[in-house]
Amino acid sequence: MGEIIQEEKGGGKKRAKKHVPHIDMTPMVDLMCLLITFFMLTSALSRPKVMEINLPEKLKDPNQKAPVIAASRTMNLILGPDNKIFWYQGTVKPEDYNNLPPATVLDFSSGPTGIRQILLERNRALFKKIDDYKQQVTTGKIVLHPDSVLSEISKLKRVDDTGPIVLIKAYKKSNYGDFVDILDEMSICGIARYTFVPIAFYEERMVEIAAGITATATTPAK
Amino acid sequence: MPKIKLPTRSPHIDMTPMVDLFSVVLTFLMLTSTMRQQEPATVDTPSSISEKPTPDNNTLTLLLSTDDKVFLNFDNGPDTLLHYRPRILAEMGKRYNIEFTPSELRAFEKYPTSIGVPILKMKEFLNAKSNKEKTVFQTGIPLDSTDNQLSLWILFARQVNPNIQACIKGDSKTDFPIVQKVLDIMADKNMFKFNLITNLEATKINLQEIQK
Repeated sequence: MGEIIQEEKGGGKKRAKKHVPHIDMTPMVDLMCLLITFFMLTSALSRPKVMEINLPEKLKDPNQKAPVIAASRTMNLILGPDNKIFWYQGTVKPEDYNNLPPATVLDFSSGPTGIRQILLERNRALFKKIDDYKQQVTTGKIVLHPDSVLSEISKLKRVDDTGPIVLIKAYKKSNYGDFVDILDEMSICGIARYTFVPIAFYEERMVEIAAGITATATTPAK
Repeated sequence: MPKIKLPTRSPHIDMTPMVDLFSVVLTFLMLTSTMRQQEPATVDTPSSISEKPTPDNNTLTLLLSTDDKVFLNFDNGPDTLLHYRPRILAEMGKRYNIEFTPSELRAFEKYPTSIGVPILKMKEFLNAKSNKEKTVFQTGIPLDSTDNQLSLWILFARQVNPNIQACIKGDSKTDFPIVQKVLDIMADKNMFKFNLITNLEATKINLQEIQK
């Protein structure tokens, strides 16, 4: 890039220059290139995103009872080891410890063994409503501000009474990535009601049976 | 026809427009960029479809590393106008009967990344000269039931700044028990709303395909 200025020799008489002297900008350009590269590499242009979750409040008053939900709508998802999900329907009582219903094993794929398939099947009515609504907004049949679209969708979710109520639990060998993934599936499938609750000892046993893990030192009388 | 004379000098390229453009790009990058800080633990956040950006201030970020350590950060940056950080540290010091000097409070305020130092080592940490010396103290915040410093940090952070929101930044391979523990501690302090920090990932589902 360097520019070689050849001095002209000969012609002894010096003449006053007619134009301003030329400034060589090459070093400046070099430096700027370096600085731009530095800033591009060190700066974080896209900020990370956040996903919100609300946990249920702890029952501090012993007389207070947990809300009762219909067993037919309850889906229990237990995050297990090796990115697997174990799920069962309804409720299991602690007395059934020796006679537990089998838990079905699922994974995070979108195929037939994936959690998404089952969630969508259960939540089809609501999902279709939300999808239709979004369709109408994108095709311009309804003209609304994006914020009111969101509030409209949350209204659809609030009045829904057919979709599943999902209780998410985590076995001790699961990891944080699975937790985020399952919450993500909830928002993908438009599940209206889901929450995260602590795992019960009989559910740990169900996971151990389904995953073929030999029972660990957890005491059933927890 | 006269002969065309070839110039003896290499043609001069005018670089002024290039320099102008570079200056503009450089200024833009300098003004918009927020420096990426080296966190005490490398964390590879999981991805989600959420499009909500991370809040800039009023945040309490909990960094959960893969080796089950917990680090804390307030307001995601070294300083805010309201100076919450030194006030939180002063409250913490009062609880443990440690008097922090103004210069130590300043060092805490200016520290650019998450902090995972037990409170008894905090003075040494803040007085350490080099960054290398400082990283030795980053052993994670104790959260056993006997010495639950995390819960006190959360308590004082909320006393000093009632609007603070909890953000959880975990590695996708962090074991769940530590996450559960942190969530329990938060729930004890009546914090039930969390922001989980994730990367953006595009997912599309096809309703027709599902209904087949």
